[in-house]
Order: sequence, then structure tokens, then C-alpha cells
Amino acid sequence: MEMKKMRENLGWLYYQYLLITGIYVLEPWEQSVFNTVLFTTVAMVIYTSYVFVPVHVRLALEFFSELVREQPESTVALMS
Amino acid sequence: MMGTDEHYPRNGTLKSHCDQKQQENNSLKNGYHKNEKVQKNGMGNGFHQPRVRGEDSFEEAPMYVAVLTYMGYGIVILFGYFRDLLRAIGLEKCHQAQEREEQKDFVPLYQDFENFYTRNLYMRVRDNWNRPICSLPGPVFDLMERVSDDNNWTFRLTGRTIENVINMGSYNYLGFAENNVDFLKTVAEVTRQYGVGVCSTRQELGNFSIHEKLERHVAEFLGMESAMAFGMGFATNSMNIPALVGKGCLILSDELNHTSLILGARLSGATIRVFKHNNMQSLEKLLKEAICSGQPRTHRSWKKILIMVEGIYSMEGSLVRLPEIIALKKKYKAYLYLDEAHSIGAVGPTGRGVTEHFGVDPNEVDVLMGTFTKSFGAAGGYIAGKKELVDYLRAHSHSAMYATAMSPPVVEQIIRAIKCIMGVDGTTEGQRRVRQLAENTRYLRSRLKDMGFIVYGNQDSPVVPLLLYLPGKVGAFSRAMLKRKIGVVVVGFPATPITEARARFCVSAAHTKEMLDKVLQSLDELGDYIRVKFSRHRLSHRPELDGETDFELDS
Repeated sequence: MEMKKMRENLGWLYYQYLLITGIYVLEPWEQSVFNTVLFTTVAMVIYTSYVFVPVHVRLALEFFSELVREQPESTVALMS
Repeated sequence: MMGTDEHYPRNGTLKSHCDQKQQENNSLKNGYHKNEKVQKNGMGNGFHQPRVRGEDSFEEAPMYVAVLTYMGYGIVILFGYFRDLLRAIGLEKCHQAQEREEQKDFVPLYQDFENFYTRNLYMRVRDNWNRPICSLPGPVFDLMERVSDDNNWTFRLTGRTIENVINMGSYNYLGFAENNVDFLKTVAEVTRQYGVGVCSTRQELGNFSIHEKLERHVAEFLGMESAMAFGMGFATNSMNIPALVGKGCLILSDELNHTSLILGARLSGATIRVFKHNNMQSLEKLLKEAICSGQPRTHRSWKKILIMVEGIYSMEGSLVRLPEIIALKKKYKAYLYLDEAHSIGAVGPTGRGVTEHFGVDPNEVDVLMGTFTKSFGAAGGYIAGKKELVDYLRAHSHSAMYATAMSPPVVEQIIRAIKCIMGVDGTTEGQRRVRQLAENTRYLRSRLKDMGFIVYGNQDSPVVPLLLYLPGKVGAFSRAMLKRKIGVVVVGFPATPITEARARFCVSAAHTKEMLDKVLQSLDELGDYIRVKFSRHRLSHRPELDGETDFELDS
């Protein structure tokens, strides 16, 4: 029963997606073309973020923490 | 409101009724007695206490809806370009008209946006319009089933009919589109007497006695001095406005006027200025400017200033602000042309139109125009006004001189409908229908608002536009409603602004409560399934309403 309900729910979600993007009016092969393009784009975005986001975040954190560490050292230098 | 004090001495006997009427918005129970008085008096004694007009609602949808609408149109237009490319390359056959090989080097014929839109957007959802009907367009009708094998380029009738589809799209406000033999006896008589064809124009040999009878009845029904009837409603507007105004005159027309009014205004050669829909400040500003500066180059004063408005606007369902316009008209000495195509027979306690609804004397409107197509179940239009005006039109209007006169059975149908509404034929059927229409309208509108749909227009107008916004949902809505055996009219881009696609319901007095309940139930389910309930004012359950004081709960 849950599988059936889930499938119905998924079917309704797909229908909403068709209506909102306006794909509902297109012919089936055009819908497939659009779905393929969209799926490919989303997959590429996910892959790129998986590969690059951790590296960029680590570098950004290092950059900002270095700035914070340097501050007390420079004030000490001024005072002395 | 202007001019109410003038009416008291004349309507002294009606005063107590007027007071009661003022308290109860629901004047129908009271109105029953008053209507009998009106019928016996003959003239539309419409000098009631001016009514407080309900406000038009034009609720805006949340911002994400507009964004999604544009996105939807953008994607479909992109695919339109893609398909055009395929057709140009030759990978796909073009079903629509195309230039011949020899013409390809000349000016392109089919490249403008209108053709693009028709080819790529309209064709995909075309099965929702022009559905063939094979019965009378009453409250229920039969449709012929048709399918398309090549995505709506061609249709094929399967031979089956879809029966008893509830009709929510026909302009059948008072239910006169009927084929009941008893009601149509006089029409059959007249056909036997006069035949069906007229074979002449009004001015030559087409002026039958029945036409004169019709014009007398129309004038009496409206409370005007004189009236003239024409064979086609559209032609009434487009052919008579050129006879009334010409070069050197100014026309101030509402933003959302019907095409027939716009065509008539353009044909006349007068200067046209447009004011914002139902916006009195905009109209007053234009009037002041027109009177101060006069005609464009010479600064002479305008020969005539004509304000053109409609009683009920058919795409919005909003009512005109008649008392304010009449006040402005008197102050600036302009003329008023009121097109009551949808409002005659449909609003007002006895069905005499917006003038009665607002309690305004119909003689204050200079040119009162209307059609017989909507509430009377016939075809044609009329113009009513002072006797000099109508006599002038008889001699000078294009429609009077060149168009064939109305066909006698149609004329008799209008006469019997008018007699029925006025009660002259001895029954109260007409008044019952007017009351039933008002009740149905109120019921449908309030239930739709409660469910959470965005519905435009005034609470008393029988034209109910329900907003759908997204292009995908427009097609889905119409098809799903047909599957549930309800026929609706959906309207999209060229007729409405691009972001405001809608479904338009026309309530009829012939709809029973069961039919309306079935429609409302289907709309509820469909609204949830498709997600078109965009309103932010949704009321979750009824008991909360008991605290409200702005309407009565005794009905």
C-alpha cells in the first residue's frame, strides 16, 4: 500500500513539474529532450560541487583565519 | 450619491420600501412586492435608493506565480524556435501555411509573432476551443467527441457524443436559450405569419410591424423615450459610433473596452484617449485636460466629448462606476455611451441593467446600447435614447441603411423574453429567473472565494473569471473539467494580459443548485490536484464568518 501511495505521490509531483515548467503542452519526445537536458545539467552541477566545493571552502577558511591571527601580532608590533 | 434627494418627492409611496431595501443588501425578498408594482406601472421605475456598490476585487497573486508564468512561456517559446528550426531545415513537415519556393527571397509572410504564437503555442492546446456542440446551449448540452492523431493539427470526430455536459460558458444568463414548445408558441406563430427571411434593409422594404413593436417594447423595458434594434450586436457598436461622433470630437474610452467599441471609435475618425480601467481620477484628469487645452494643434474646443464604458466588462467581471461617471459627465458637460451587452437582464433587482442596480435614472445616460444575444437568447443589438437621437440614427447609421433587418422569429423571441421579464404575460417566471440568477451568482462567487481561488470582479456580476496564470495549467484545467463533464471556457494570451490566463464561468438562471454543487465540488478537487488556489484570503472553515458584519446570514 505504501509503495502504491508513494508511486501516486511521485506521479503527482511529476505532473506538477510538467504543469509548472509548461512542458505539459509539448509533445512526448520534446518532453524527453527537455528532461534529458535538465537532468544532465543538474548532474553536472552536483558533480562539480562535489569535486570543488570542499577544496574552496577549506581555502576560504584558511584565508580568513590567517587574517584574524595576523591582527594581534601587528598591534603588538605597533605598541612596542 | 448624486441626486437622491430629488427622488424622494416623486417616490413618496416607495419610501418605506426603499429604507428596508437599504438595510438589507438582499433585496430580493423585499423586491417581490415592489416588482409587482413596477410591472403594473409599466415604466422601469428604477428610482430606487442608490445602492452601495460592492467593491471589485482584483487580488494579485504571489510573486512566484508571475515568475513561474514567465518561465513557462519562455521554455515553450524556446521549443517553438527549435521546432521552427527543424521545419526550416526540412527534418519536419510544416502543417501550416508556408511560402512557396519561388517566394522565399521576397518579404517573409509568416515570421511575425502572431504566426509564431499560433504555430507553436496555440496549436498545441487547440483542442480546448471550437468544440462542436450538437444540442441547444442550455444549462446542460451535448458535445461531439473528437480526437486528434497528429497533435491537434487535424481533428477527427469519433461519432460518439458526450452527453449532459454542464455548460458553464454560454451567455445564457436568464435561461432563455430553451426549446420548450409552450414558451415558443408565439415564435412559431410569427414564423408562420412572416416567414423567416426579410429580404431587405430597414430603410427599403424591411420595416415590418413586428420591428416597430419590438422597439416600443425595448424602450418601455428600459425606461427610455425611444429605441432602435439592429441585426448584429457587434455591428451595433461599430456602425453607430461613426454616426454619432466624427473628426473634431473626443472619445474617452476605458482601457478594457470590447473590440466592437474600439473598432467603432477608430472608424469614426475622432481622437481617442484611454483612461485606466474604472479609475475615476484618471478620467477626470483627462476631462480637465481636454477642456483646458482643446483640440491638439488649433486649441479650439472639442465639438463633443463622449465617454465610452461598458456595464459589465466581460473578461474581468467588474461593474462600471456609474454614479461617479454621471457626476463627472454633468460637471464637465460630456456625453455618456454605456454598452450594456452583458449587464442588461443580468443585474438589477428587476433585470433592467446597471442603471437600475445603481438607482440611476436611465435618461441620464445619453446613449444606452445593449445586445439581445446574452440575456434574451436571441441575436442583435439595440440603441436607446432620446427620440431625436434615435430618429437621427434611423436616418444616418450605416447599420440602419445597409444591414438587413432582423429576422421575424428572432424578433418574436426577444419580444416574448422582454414580456416575460417585465411580467406582462401574466406569469412571474421572468422575475423568478432574475432572482435565481442573482442567487446563483452570489452562491458561486462566495463559495469560490471560500475555497481559495482568485476570482476577479464585482460580487453581483454573473461573469466569474477564475485566474489560472500558468500556461501549462490552462490546457490541463480545461481538459480535466471536460473529463468530469463540465464545459468551461479558458482564455489565454491575446485576449488577456500575458500573465493572467483565466477560466471564465457564466452563471445562468437555468442552473440548479445541484449543478452548481457538482461544479464546485469538481473545482475543489481539481483546484487541489492542479494547485490553482492562489488566494491568500482563504477561509478554512465557516464558523469564523459569524463574527463578520459586512453581509447578512439570513439567506
